[in-house]
Amino acid sequence: MTNNINWTEIRKDFPVLDNKVDGKQIYYLDNGASSQMPIQAIDRISNYLKYEHSNIHRGVHTLSQNATDSFEATRTLVKQHLNAATTDECIFTRGATEGINLVAFGYGDKFIKEGDEIIVSGMEHHSNIVPWQLLCKRVGASLKVVPMLDDGTLDFEAYQKLLNKKTKLVAIIHVSNALGTINPIKKFIDAAHSVNAVTVVDGCQAMAHMKIDVQDLDVDFYAISAHKTYGPTGLGVLYGKAELLNKMNPFLGGGDMIKSVTFEETLLADIPHKFEAGTPPILNVIGFGETLRYINKLGLENMAAREKELLIYATDRIEKMEGVNIIGPDVSQKTAIISMTVDGVHPHDIGTILDSRGVAIRTGHHCAQPIMNRFEIPATARASMAFYNMEFEIDMLVEALQEVQEIFS
Amino acid sequence: MSDMRVLYQEVILEHNKKPRNFGKLEPCTHHAHGHNPLCGDTYTIYAVVNEDTIQSIMFEGDGCAISKASASMMTSRAKGKKVKDVEELIEAFREMMTVEADRTDGPALELSPENEKNMRHLQVFEGVAKLPSRIKCAILPWHALSSALKGESESSTEGDNDEWETI
Repeated sequence: MTNNINWTEIRKDFPVLDNKVDGKQIYYLDNGASSQMPIQAIDRISNYLKYEHSNIHRGVHTLSQNATDSFEATRTLVKQHLNAATTDECIFTRGATEGINLVAFGYGDKFIKEGDEIIVSGMEHHSNIVPWQLLCKRVGASLKVVPMLDDGTLDFEAYQKLLNKKTKLVAIIHVSNALGTINPIKKFIDAAHSVNAVTVVDGCQAMAHMKIDVQDLDVDFYAISAHKTYGPTGLGVLYGKAELLNKMNPFLGGGDMIKSVTFEETLLADIPHKFEAGTPPILNVIGFGETLRYINKLGLENMAAREKELLIYATDRIEKMEGVNIIGPDVSQKTAIISMTVDGVHPHDIGTILDSRGVAIRTGHHCAQPIMNRFEIPATARASMAFYNMEFEIDMLVEALQEVQEIFS
Repeated sequence: MSDMRVLYQEVILEHNKKPRNFGKLEPCTHHAHGHNPLCGDTYTIYAVVNEDTIQSIMFEGDGCAISKASASMMTSRAKGKKVKDVEELIEAFREMMTVEADRTDGPALELSPENEKNMRHLQVFEGVAKLPSRIKCAILPWHALSSALKGESESSTEGDNDEWETI
């Protein structure tokens, strides 16, 4: 129990968790890939579709105005969650990947020039590597990489040495999706600013698990994913400082991102609409708003504390298993992710055997192949927990891992 | 026997642990790299073909137990065989992995008695055919061997594009 919250009761808000698939109980430990939505958000989406659907920012009719209000209410909730200075700084995207690409095109193509340098870390998800490689190719800039240390943290000293007056942008992950490592990003951001580089932080694995304060971090861009934050797929948010967003190129062109259009000249809308071309995923935004209300009610700090309990419980049990190796830092420096290898067993075989027991984890390179190369492993098996998980699910994970070892002994 | 024991039969586990014909073969007349970009399994098959016969064959690379055992058993079966017989065996293996597992009307392919025997040995992979997420693991080395015999150097479980575009 954390703060006397009855987690067994809370779990009932997530019907999928106790659903049987093909008659089999599922133990869902793949929250890093995608987290589950609470029933309140699912009902909200359902009710919106049944009784409230309309396009937004357009019609003068009541249904459209109400939908617009519900949509914009989520933007206010996002602003509060990130502690952005204004709602204008919170742009809805189709996902964090789109958010990062928006910066690469909107900011990068305009302000990054031949000979400039972009720094990424060796811990990045492919979505925070490839857009920068593409940008480098377009403008003739070069990519530098902050190496990772053996303990699964970033080499800050090496990073400081990479920074110089040619460094124009630093892109870094807040929490590693592959290992769970929480990076001290404020330190990285401050150092980037000391050479006047802008900072782009991938916050996909952070927002669901810790308080984010973009003003305190002084981060320039911060990308999040709704479906990794107990919301729907197909939605992300890009936070950007207004002064930067205002001077950037638009990303996608179309309806909603303009003030007026003639064949001679088109006037762009103000932020955030400048970056929201076309009809957005309205129902996802409204559903995500309900998710954020749910988080507010439960308390992010309570959720994080519960996840820490689960992480410690799982780590204790798995550490006792001979031949099972946890990759990444200790529990004090990470979120509730356990990335592991089993001696003599390829992670895909682990995944198949665990699946036969109903244990859902992710196996593979986690879209972070450079990390796998760094540790000279092809892949890992990753269990990622959320506040709604229970100790009995971890017990089943351990039991299934024992079966893996028995089969391969 | 649990489902997993059916999948991970002793023969598969043994070949995974001690793969046959493992290593690089130099010089060789044919070689191809097979890659599953979705899971990262990667193998290179090397063969020396002389007078329409696979005189020697080896493989190297890394992947799961299913793919490694498949490569190991494939090379054991292919060594010393006529190319056309191996091509027939590749077809038979692909068919076993891709047709519905509960098919009862016998194999569609007319196999030589030698390949009938080979396929009986390879039936340990039948359990894989029931797991859609793992079929590509078993087939990958066979794809690569097929490419090598055709004189192609790359094969992928995801499309046939030989030219890989890079950034």
